[in-house]
Amino acid sequence: MNSKNWPLFEVFIRSKNGLSHKHVGSLHAADPAMALENARDVYCRRNEGVSIWVVPSDHITASDPGDAEELYEPARDKIYRHPTFYTIPDEIGHM
Amino acid sequence: MSPNQSFELCLRMGDNALILGQRLAEWCGHGPILEQDIALTNISLDLIGQSRLWLSLAGQIEGQGRDEDKLAFFRDSNEFRHLNLCEQPNGHWGTTLMRQFLFDAFHLPLLEQLCKVEDQQVASIAQKSVKEVRYHLRWSSEWVVRLGAGTDESHEKMQQALLDVWPFAGEAIQPNAFDLELTETCPPYNVQAVNKAWWSSVNEVFNQANLDVPEANWAPQKGREGIHTERLGFILAEMQFLPRAYPDAQW
Repeated sequence: MNSKNWPLFEVFIRSKNGLSHKHVGSLHAADPAMALENARDVYCRRNEGVSIWVVPSDHITASDPGDAEELYEPARDKIYRHPTFYTIPDEIGHM
Repeated sequence: MSPNQSFELCLRMGDNALILGQRLAEWCGHGPILEQDIALTNISLDLIGQSRLWLSLAGQIEGQGRDEDKLAFFRDSNEFRHLNLCEQPNGHWGTTLMRQFLFDAFHLPLLEQLCKVEDQQVASIAQKSVKEVRYHLRWSSEWVVRLGAGTDESHEKMQQALLDVWPFAGEAIQPNAFDLELTETCPPYNVQAVNKAWWSSVNEVFNQANLDVPEANWAPQKGREGIHTERLGFILAEMQFLPRAYPDAQW
Protein backbone atom coordinates (compact mmCIF):
# COMPACT_ATOMS: atom_id res chain seq x y z
CA MET A 1 0.00 0.00 0.00
CA ASN A 2 1.53 3.27 -1.03
CA SER A 3 0.11 6.57 0.17
CA LYS A 4 1.65 8.27 -2.85
CA ASN A 5 -1.10 6.71 -4.93
CA TRP A 6 -3.89 7.90 -2.68
CA PRO A 7 -5.52 11.23 -3.44
CA LEU A 8 -5.56 14.05 -0.93
CA PHE A 9 -8.79 15.21 0.71
CA GLU A 10 -9.49 18.41 2.62
CA VAL A 11 -11.44 17.98 5.85
CA PHE A 12 -14.09 20.37 7.18
CA ILE A 13 -15.68 19.91 10.58
CA ARG A 14 -18.75 21.46 12.14
CA SER A 15 -17.96 21.76 15.82
CA LYS A 16 -21.58 22.10 16.88
CA ASN A 17 -24.99 22.59 15.35
CA GLY A 18 -25.55 26.13 14.15
CA LEU A 19 -21.90 26.82 13.37
CA SER A 20 -20.47 26.40 9.92
CA HIS A 21 -17.99 23.76 8.79
CA LYS A 22 -14.41 24.84 9.26
CA HIS A 23 -11.30 23.62 7.50
CA VAL A 24 -9.20 21.56 9.91
CA GLY A 25 -6.62 19.87 7.70
CA SER A 26 -6.15 17.26 5.03
CA LEU A 27 -5.55 13.53 4.71
CA HIS A 28 -4.94 10.74 2.21
CA ALA A 29 -7.60 8.17 1.34
CA ALA A 30 -8.35 5.77 -1.49
CA ASP A 31 -11.99 6.84 -1.87
CA PRO A 32 -14.50 9.28 -0.36
CA ALA A 33 -15.92 6.70 2.10
CA MET A 34 -12.45 6.01 3.43
CA ALA A 35 -11.73 9.73 3.59
CA LEU A 36 -14.80 10.25 5.77
CA GLU A 37 -13.77 7.47 8.14
CA ASN A 38 -10.17 8.64 8.24
CA ALA A 39 -11.40 12.13 9.05
CA ARG A 40 -13.55 10.75 11.84
CA ASP A 41 -10.61 8.80 13.24
CA VAL A 42 -7.94 11.45 12.83
CA TYR A 43 -9.82 14.70 13.46
CA CYS A 44 -12.77 13.77 15.71
CA ARG A 45 -11.21 11.63 18.39
CA ARG A 46 -11.23 14.42 20.95
CA ASN A 47 -14.88 15.36 20.62
CA GLU A 48 -14.23 18.02 17.99
CA GLY A 49 -17.35 17.78 15.92
CA VAL A 50 -20.86 16.77 14.96
CA SER A 51 -20.51 16.74 11.18
CA ILE A 52 -17.74 16.16 8.65
CA TRP A 53 -17.27 17.17 5.02
CA VAL A 54 -14.45 15.78 2.94
CA VAL A 55 -13.60 17.28 -0.43
CA PRO A 56 -11.01 16.01 -2.92
CA SER A 57 -8.26 18.62 -2.74
CA ASP A 58 -8.03 18.87 -6.53
CA HIS A 59 -11.67 20.01 -6.63
CA ILE A 60 -10.76 23.17 -4.80
CA THR A 61 -9.85 26.19 -6.91
CA ALA A 62 -7.67 28.50 -4.86
CA SER A 63 -6.55 32.06 -5.37
CA ASP A 64 -2.91 32.61 -6.19
CA PRO A 65 -0.95 34.20 -3.29
CA GLY A 66 0.99 36.13 -5.96
CA ASP A 67 -2.23 37.98 -6.89
CA ALA A 68 -2.77 39.22 -3.35
CA GLU A 69 -1.97 42.86 -4.23
CA GLU A 70 -4.68 43.19 -6.85
CA LEU A 71 -7.20 40.97 -5.11
CA TYR A 72 -7.15 42.21 -1.53
CA GLU A 73 -5.25 45.44 -1.14
CA PRO A 74 -7.80 47.67 -2.92
CA ALA A 75 -10.30 46.91 -0.16
CA ARG A 76 -7.94 47.86 2.64
CA ASP A 77 -8.27 51.65 2.42
CA LYS A 78 -12.01 51.77 1.69
CA ILE A 79 -12.81 51.91 5.33
CA TYR A 80 -16.43 52.93 4.74
CA ARG A 81 -16.98 49.35 3.60
CA HIS A 82 -15.54 47.84 6.76
CA PRO A 83 -18.09 46.72 9.33
CA THR A 84 -16.27 48.75 11.99
CA PHE A 85 -16.87 52.04 10.12
CA TYR A 86 -20.43 52.58 11.33
CA THR A 87 -21.52 53.16 14.87
CA ILE A 88 -24.58 51.15 15.71
CA PRO A 89 -27.10 52.97 17.92
CA ASP A 90 -27.42 51.30 21.32
CA GLU A 91 -31.15 50.72 20.93
CA ILE A 92 -30.53 48.36 17.98
CA GLY A 93 -28.77 45.90 20.24
CA HIS A 94 -27.25 42.84 18.58
CA MET A 95 -27.84 42.73 14.87
CA MET B 1 -29.37 -12.98 35.60
CA SER B 2 -27.81 -14.81 38.56
CA PRO B 3 -24.52 -13.48 39.97
CA ASN B 4 -22.71 -16.51 38.56
CA GLN B 5 -24.16 -15.93 35.13
CA SER B 6 -23.36 -12.27 35.07
CA PHE B 7 -19.80 -12.92 36.36
CA GLU B 8 -19.22 -15.44 33.56
CA LEU B 9 -20.72 -13.11 30.97
CA CYS B 10 -18.59 -10.16 32.12
CA LEU B 11 -15.42 -12.26 31.90
CA ARG B 12 -16.31 -13.36 28.37
CA MET B 13 -17.11 -9.88 27.17
CA GLY B 14 -14.17 -8.32 29.00
CA ASP B 15 -11.67 -10.94 27.83
CA ASN B 16 -12.77 -10.74 24.19
CA ALA B 17 -12.26 -6.99 24.27
CA LEU B 18 -9.02 -7.15 26.26
CA ILE B 19 -7.24 -9.75 24.16
CA LEU B 20 -8.35 -8.36 20.80
CA GLY B 21 -7.53 -4.84 22.00
CA GLN B 22 -4.05 -6.01 23.01
CA ARG B 23 -3.57 -7.70 19.63
CA LEU B 24 -4.62 -4.56 17.76
CA ALA B 25 -2.29 -2.46 19.89
CA GLU B 26 0.60 -4.35 18.27
CA TRP B 27 -0.20 -2.34 15.13
CA CYS B 28 0.49 0.94 16.90
CA GLY B 29 3.18 2.72 14.89
CA HIS B 30 3.10 0.01 12.18
CA GLY B 31 -0.11 0.85 10.29
CA PRO B 32 0.21 1.07 6.52
CA ILE B 33 -0.39 4.83 6.63
CA LEU B 34 -0.87 7.31 9.44
CA GLU B 35 -4.64 7.51 9.05
CA GLN B 36 -5.12 3.75 9.34
CA ASP B 37 -2.64 3.50 12.17
CA ILE B 38 -4.84 5.89 14.12
CA ALA B 39 -8.05 4.14 13.05
CA LEU B 40 -6.87 0.79 14.34
CA THR B 41 -5.45 2.23 17.55
CA ASN B 42 -8.79 3.95 18.18
CA ILE B 43 -10.53 0.60 17.89
CA SER B 44 -7.97 -0.97 20.17
CA LEU B 45 -8.57 1.74 22.77
CA ASP B 46 -12.36 1.37 22.45
CA LEU B 47 -11.98 -2.32 23.20
CA ILE B 48 -9.61 -1.82 26.13
CA GLY B 49 -12.08 0.73 27.54
CA GLN B 50 -14.95 -1.74 27.22
CA SER B 51 -12.88 -4.45 28.80
CA ARG B 52 -12.22 -2.23 31.83
CA LEU B 53 -15.96 -1.79 32.35
CA TRP B 54 -16.74 -5.50 32.01
CA LEU B 55 -13.87 -6.65 34.21
CA SER B 56 -14.61 -4.04 36.89
CA LEU B 57 -18.17 -5.29 37.02
CA ALA B 58 -16.96 -8.91 37.12
CA GLY B 59 -14.75 -8.10 40.10
CA GLN B 60 -17.56 -6.28 41.85
CA ILE B 61 -19.97 -9.21 41.37
CA GLU B 62 -17.38 -11.72 42.53
CA GLY B 63 -16.81 -9.69 45.71
CA GLN B 64 -13.35 -11.06 46.47
CA GLY B 65 -11.45 -7.82 46.06
CA ARG B 66 -10.28 -8.41 42.50
CA ASP B 67 -10.45 -5.22 40.43
CA GLU B 68 -10.10 -4.83 36.65
CA ASP B 69 -6.29 -4.89 36.85
CA LYS B 70 -6.18 -8.00 39.04
CA LEU B 71 -8.44 -9.78 36.58
CA ALA B 72 -6.54 -8.62 33.52
CA PHE B 73 -2.99 -9.10 34.74
CA PHE B 74 -3.08 -11.83 37.40
CA ARG B 75 -5.05 -14.59 35.74
CA ASP B 76 -3.40 -17.40 33.81
CA SER B 77 -4.36 -18.55 30.34
CA ASN B 78 -6.85 -21.24 31.41
CA GLU B 79 -8.84 -18.60 33.32
CA PHE B 80 -9.44 -16.44 30.26
CA ARG B 81 -12.85 -16.77 28.64
CA HIS B 82 -12.43 -15.07 25.25
CA LEU B 83 -12.95 -16.61 21.81
CA ASN B 84 -9.79 -18.07 20.34
CA LEU B 85 -10.45 -15.90 17.29
CA CYS B 86 -9.39 -12.85 19.33
CA GLU B 87 -5.91 -14.17 20.07
CA GLN B 88 -4.97 -15.18 16.52
CA PRO B 89 -1.95 -13.33 15.12
CA ASN B 90 -2.30 -10.08 13.18
CA GLY B 91 -0.73 -11.44 10.00
CA HIS B 92 -0.81 -8.76 7.33
CA TRP B 93 -3.24 -5.84 7.15
CA GLY B 94 -5.81 -8.00 5.33
CA THR B 95 -5.65 -10.76 7.95
CA THR B 96 -6.17 -8.25 10.76
CA LEU B 97 -9.12 -6.74 8.89
CA MET B 98 -10.66 -10.13 8.25
CA ARG B 99 -10.34 -11.19 11.89
CA GLN B 100 -11.80 -7.84 12.93
CA PHE B 101 -14.77 -8.13 10.59
CA LEU B 102 -15.61 -11.69 11.67
CA PHE B 103 -15.45 -10.55 15.31
CA ASP B 104 -17.37 -7.28 14.83
CA ALA B 105 -20.15 -9.12 12.97
CA PHE B 106 -20.58 -11.20 16.13
CA HIS B 107 -19.85 -8.49 18.71
CA LEU B 108 -22.48 -6.02 17.47
CA PRO B 109 -25.56 -8.30 17.55
CA LEU B 110 -24.38 -9.74 20.86
CA LEU B 111 -24.22 -6.26 22.42
CA GLU B 112 -27.59 -5.40 20.89
CA GLN B 113 -29.04 -8.40 22.68
CA LEU B 114 -27.36 -7.46 25.95
CA CYS B 115 -28.71 -3.90 25.74
CA LYS B 116 -32.14 -5.38 26.42
CA VAL B 117 -31.46 -7.71 29.37
CA GLU B 118 -32.97 -6.99 32.76
CA ASP B 119 -29.63 -6.73 34.58
CA GLN B 120 -29.14 -2.95 34.54
CA GLN B 121 -25.37 -2.96 34.97
CA VAL B 122 -24.87 -5.38 32.09
CA ALA B 123 -27.35 -3.49 29.93
CA SER B 124 -25.72 -0.13 30.55
CA ILE B 125 -22.22 -1.33 29.62
CA ALA B 126 -23.70 -2.88 26.48
CA GLN B 127 -25.51 0.35 25.62
CA LYS B 128 -22.30 2.34 25.90
CA SER B 129 -20.26 -0.16 23.88
CA VAL B 130 -22.78 -0.78 21.13
CA LYS B 131 -22.22 2.68 19.60
CA GLU B 132 -18.48 2.11 19.34
CA VAL B 133 -18.91 -1.36 17.91
CA ARG B 134 -21.43 -0.22 15.30
CA TYR B 135 -18.60 1.91 13.90
CA HIS B 136 -16.09 -0.95 14.16
CA LEU B 137 -18.32 -3.16 12.02
CA ARG B 138 -18.90 -0.41 9.48
CA TRP B 139 -15.18 0.25 9.24
CA SER B 140 -14.06 -3.38 8.97
CA SER B 141 -16.88 -4.25 6.51
CA GLU B 142 -15.86 -1.42 4.21
CA TRP B 143 -12.25 -2.54 4.26
CA VAL B 144 -13.14 -6.16 3.52
CA VAL B 145 -15.19 -5.01 0.52
CA ARG B 146 -12.54 -2.52 -0.61
CA LEU B 147 -9.77 -5.11 -0.61
CA GLY B 148 -11.87 -8.15 -1.57
CA ALA B 149 -13.28 -6.38 -4.60
CA GLY B 150 -10.09 -4.42 -5.25
CA THR B 151 -7.19 -5.55 -7.42
CA ASP B 152 -6.43 -9.19 -8.31
CA GLU B 153 -3.67 -9.22 -5.72
CA SER B 154 -5.77 -7.72 -2.92
CA HIS B 155 -8.61 -10.12 -3.75
CA GLU B 156 -6.33 -13.12 -3.57
CA LYS B 157 -4.84 -11.99 -0.26
CA MET B 158 -8.27 -11.44 1.25
CA GLN B 159 -9.54 -14.82 0.12
CA GLN B 160 -6.48 -16.42 1.72
CA ALA B 161 -6.94 -14.35 4.88
CA LEU B 162 -10.52 -15.56 5.06
CA LEU B 163 -9.39 -19.18 4.76
CA ASP B 164 -6.80 -18.61 7.50
CA VAL B 165 -9.13 -16.95 10.00
CA TRP B 166 -12.37 -18.76 9.18
CA PRO B 167 -11.74 -21.95 11.21
CA PHE B 168 -11.66 -19.83 14.39
CA ALA B 169 -14.84 -17.92 13.57
CA GLY B 170 -17.10 -20.88 14.26
CA GLU B 171 -16.62 -20.63 17.99
CA ALA B 172 -18.32 -17.23 17.99
CA ILE B 173 -21.57 -18.58 16.65
CA GLN B 174 -21.68 -22.11 18.00
CA PRO B 175 -23.63 -21.83 21.24
CA ASN B 176 -22.16 -23.68 24.18
CA ALA B 177 -24.04 -24.72 27.34
CA PHE B 178 -23.72 -21.25 28.86
CA ASP B 179 -25.21 -19.49 25.80
CA LEU B 180 -28.18 -21.86 25.82
CA GLU B 181 -28.68 -21.37 29.55
CA LEU B 182 -28.66 -17.57 29.15
CA THR B 183 -31.11 -17.77 26.28
CA GLU B 184 -33.45 -19.81 28.45
CA THR B 185 -33.18 -17.82 31.65
CA CYS B 186 -32.54 -14.23 30.50
CA PRO B 187 -34.98 -13.25 27.76
CA PRO B 188 -34.98 -11.31 25.50
CA TYR B 189 -31.34 -12.41 25.12
CA ASN B 190 -31.31 -15.02 22.37
CA VAL B 191 -28.16 -16.61 21.08
CA GLN B 192 -29.86 -17.69 17.85
CA ALA B 193 -30.57 -14.07 16.96
CA VAL B 194 -26.84 -13.32 17.29
CA ASN B 195 -26.00 -16.19 14.95
CA LYS B 196 -28.58 -15.11 12.44
CA ALA B 197 -27.24 -11.55 12.39
CA TRP B 198 -23.66 -12.83 12.04
CA TRP B 199 -24.52 -14.95 9.02
CA SER B 200 -26.43 -12.12 7.45
CA SER B 201 -23.46 -9.69 7.76
CA VAL B 202 -21.02 -12.35 6.58
CA ASN B 203 -23.07 -13.26 3.51
CA GLU B 204 -23.78 -9.67 2.60
CA VAL B 205 -20.23 -8.37 2.98
CA PHE B 206 -18.49 -11.34 1.35
CA ASN B 207 -20.95 -11.14 -1.51
CA GLN B 208 -20.07 -7.48 -2.06
CA ALA B 209 -16.39 -8.29 -1.68
CA ASN B 210 -16.53 -11.12 -4.24
CA LEU B 211 -15.16 -13.52 -1.64
CA ASP B 212 -16.25 -17.15 -1.47
CA VAL B 213 -17.69 -18.06 1.91
CA PRO B 214 -15.95 -21.28 2.98
CA GLU B 215 -17.90 -24.27 4.23
CA ALA B 216 -18.82 -24.23 7.87
CA ASN B 217 -16.29 -26.89 8.83
CA TRP B 218 -15.17 -25.26 12.03
CA ALA B 219 -12.14 -26.29 14.01
CA PRO B 220 -13.37 -27.23 17.48
CA GLN B 221 -12.36 -24.36 19.78
CA LYS B 222 -13.01 -24.04 23.49
CA GLY B 223 -11.67 -20.60 24.33
CA ARG B 224 -14.84 -19.81 26.26
CA GLU B 225 -14.05 -22.74 28.57
CA GLY B 226 -10.46 -21.58 29.04
CA ILE B 227 -8.78 -23.88 26.50
CA HIS B 228 -6.74 -21.59 24.28
CA THR B 229 -4.32 -21.90 21.40
CA GLU B 230 -0.56 -21.58 21.90
CA ARG B 231 -0.84 -17.90 20.90
CA LEU B 232 -2.28 -16.75 24.21
CA GLY B 233 0.82 -17.48 26.30
CA PHE B 234 2.87 -15.02 24.27
CA ILE B 235 0.21 -12.33 24.54
CA LEU B 236 -0.04 -12.74 28.30
CA ALA B 237 3.74 -12.80 28.73
CA GLU B 238 3.96 -9.39 27.11
CA MET B 239 0.77 -7.93 28.57
CA GLN B 240 1.22 -9.15 32.13
CA PHE B 241 4.97 -8.84 32.58
CA LEU B 242 5.06 -5.37 34.07
CA PRO B 243 2.30 -5.65 36.68
CA ARG B 244 3.64 -9.04 37.75
CA ALA B 245 7.23 -7.87 38.03
CA TYR B 246 6.23 -4.62 39.76
CA PRO B 247 2.83 -5.28 41.38
CA ASP B 248 2.61 -1.85 42.99
CA ALA B 249 3.58 0.13 39.89
CA GLN B 250 1.43 3.22 39.35
CA TRP B 251 1.04 5.45 36.33
